[in-house]
Amino acid sequence: MTFNLAEALSSIVTQADAADWRAAIRLAGDGLVAGGAATEAYTDEMIAAVEQHGPYIVIAPGIALAHSRPSPAVLTGGLSWVSLARPVEFGNAANDPVSLVIGLAAVDHDAHLQVMRALAGVLSNSSAMERLHAATTPDDVRVVLGELATAAA
Amino acid sequence: MKIVAVCGMGIGTSVLLKMNAEKVLAKLGIDADVEAADMGVARGAAQMAEIVLTSAELAEELGDVPAEVIVIKNFFDLDEITEKLTAALE
Repeated sequence: MTFNLAEALSSIVTQADAADWRAAIRLAGDGLVAGGAATEAYTDEMIAAVEQHGPYIVIAPGIALAHSRPSPAVLTGGLSWVSLARPVEFGNAANDPVSLVIGLAAVDHDAHLQVMRALAGVLSNSSAMERLHAATTPDDVRVVLGELATAAA
Repeated sequence: MKIVAVCGMGIGTSVLLKMNAEKVLAKLGIDADVEAADMGVARGAAQMAEIVLTSAELAEELGDVPAEVIVIKNFFDLDEITEKLTAALE
């Protein structure tokens, strides 16, 4: 894994304030919009996905992967990173509360696989995740992600 | 052996689950085809598969399928995936 996940991130926000899971997803959506990855309509689609299928996007303790399917609201596709100052409940019995929300927009089912592989590598690295959870600035997050890419190269 | 990793949209969580399941299967030395699918595709694909991997919420939504449904709590916990796949394959 030589791919640096930081380069795929449209935006990184740390210590964010969210009152509930919808607000947390909205922050991740704002990050995708800011980076030109998707339009605001995609944010609504990510929220609708949870309303329809439940809080299954909380895929590991404390981590939500907010996303919907490829749609006209996806522009270039991309990822956003939002770590929360105070964790919020998504209603997922196994993995609540959530302190990191990653927003994902994909233009199709294949284009983002390299990014997903890098993401899987980062999220399954428990010592890196400890440092990422502790990161208080976007630069801290970039440094950790950059080191991971270098270490894996 | 055919395994289907299921999520709501087919682009996010199921793709991550597929990647980690493939890592585990390779380590166990099991030859299997793992497909990532959204809920709509999965209802069809699960008819042909021996094992379905998914989360608790989606297992409920998927309903009854002939495949053995394995619920994964932490998609990045390779030990959990290894343990549950091994138990299912015995």
